Amino acid sequence: MSAVTMSEAGTNFAYLDEETKRMIRRAILKAIAIPGYQVPFASREMPMPYGWGTGGVQVTAAVIGPDDVLKVIDQGADDTTNAVSIRAFFRKVARVAVTTHTAEATVIQTRHRIPEHPLIEGQILVYQVPIPEPLRFLEPRETETRTMHALEEYGLMHVKLYEDIAHHGRIATSYAYPVKVAGRYVMDPSPIPKFDNPKMHLSPALQLFGAGREKRIYAIPPHTDVRSLDFEDHPFEIQRFDEPCALCGARNVYLDEVILDDRGGRMFVCSDTDNCESRQADAQKETAA
Amino acid sequence: MDASTSLTGGFADPVFAAQSVFRAVMDCMARPGTIGTIGSEATAPGALGAAQAAIALTLCDADTPVWFADTLASPALSAWLAFHTGASVAPDPTTAKFAFLGLGGVPHPDFPIGTQDYPDRSATVVIEVSGFEAGEPFTLSGPGIAGTQPLSVAGLFPDFRTFWQANRAEFPRGIDLILTAGTRLVALPRSVRILD
Repeated sequence: MSAVTMSEAGTNFAYLDEETKRMIRRAILKAIAIPGYQVPFASREMPMPYGWGTGGVQVTAAVIGPDDVLKVIDQGADDTTNAVSIRAFFRKVARVAVTTHTAEATVIQTRHRIPEHPLIEGQILVYQVPIPEPLRFLEPRETETRTMHALEEYGLMHVKLYEDIAHHGRIATSYAYPVKVAGRYVMDPSPIPKFDNPKMHLSPALQLFGAGREKRIYAIPPHTDVRSLDFEDHPFEIQRFDEPCALCGARNVYLDEVILDDRGGRMFVCSDTDNCESRQADAQKETAA
Repeated sequence: MDASTSLTGGFADPVFAAQSVFRAVMDCMARPGTIGTIGSEATAPGALGAAQAAIALTLCDADTPVWFADTLASPALSAWLAFHTGASVAPDPTTAKFAFLGLGGVPHPDFPIGTQDYPDRSATVVIEVSGFEAGEPFTLSGPGIAGTQPLSVAGLFPDFRTFWQANRAEFPRGIDLILTAGTRLVALPRSVRILD
């Protein structure tokens, strides 16, 4: 092995050994060829616990090259623990350039959000997935859910959504809202808010999903039909917010509720920190000019 | 057998070459019908094309039995593959994870297409063609394609349309195809439809 391929951390480039990368790369190719189907893979132990994005990290490590620019977000934020530590990990083991700006990134690893800034052709969005099987809470047996996918038998999922309507008068599922990919496989989009579901539909970016503990990789190729499941009389709807972001004034973005004190004070701010900060910077420039 | 041919012809820088070749293959698989280029040199003994050799080095190892068509197969090629990747030659087409075919090669009907439960357990078939400029025109559609994607292929086996229709009809089962011409490649995952 040449000195160049050894990273600063003393590991192979991007941490994983070449045999592991090949195994993951083969799984990714099959996942792209069968959109929405969960390809089993031999997930490795990573230097971080399950639940911290080991699936996403392995997919990113198999895909990333020295010319890539990496962005990592955790619930939309670039500066939370998970995002900071994964970004630092890849800077150390792959020495890649990192950024917080969505438009500058070639690979974006995400936990539970899709950036507000529209993705473009050539970008790769890598999702960290806790539970890849959309039917798991309805049917715990893997043998059964596998058969259900094989037979395209998704009636149970519609029963679940119908029960939501019967109980709450509307579909109450607000995150990890099931989608049907390319008219065939029902897929868990990972716990993104359903607000983000429409962004998956016909996205010009390649979307890859990695579930480390559950050992599954799946994918949505660019420009692929992604439909959120619904009923004719209860069409799919996204969350709406009454007020704009308290910091940048953005509307039509996903907002987090922040509790300010113990007397009921609260504010709603952008979940996507990069989008919020660039909007604030733009506004400041305008005021200055 | 000449040992020198089996020991040479690998990637000069295996880690980064494999990464760049994989990205080219992945981009093509994600955007069926677009032409990608292999940036890293690999040379196999015999008639195996440059992109084919690079794909073998990037994706094959001891977990993936490899099938070579009769026009390509040779003891020197098997030794080259074993030395550089650790992969063995598939004893019969039903066990092939990857298959490499020369100009005009026709996929063996016994290549695995996966099962309805595990459609990923299927062969990836890499066929050399003469080029993507002239030849038979196709219009593609499917996941990865905004609207439709034109593609011209010269040197593909006759009756390809019929073959592909039958392969597409098995979805989600089916083989995935990579067409190579020298250092260039086009991927046709099983999800692709040929419109006309």
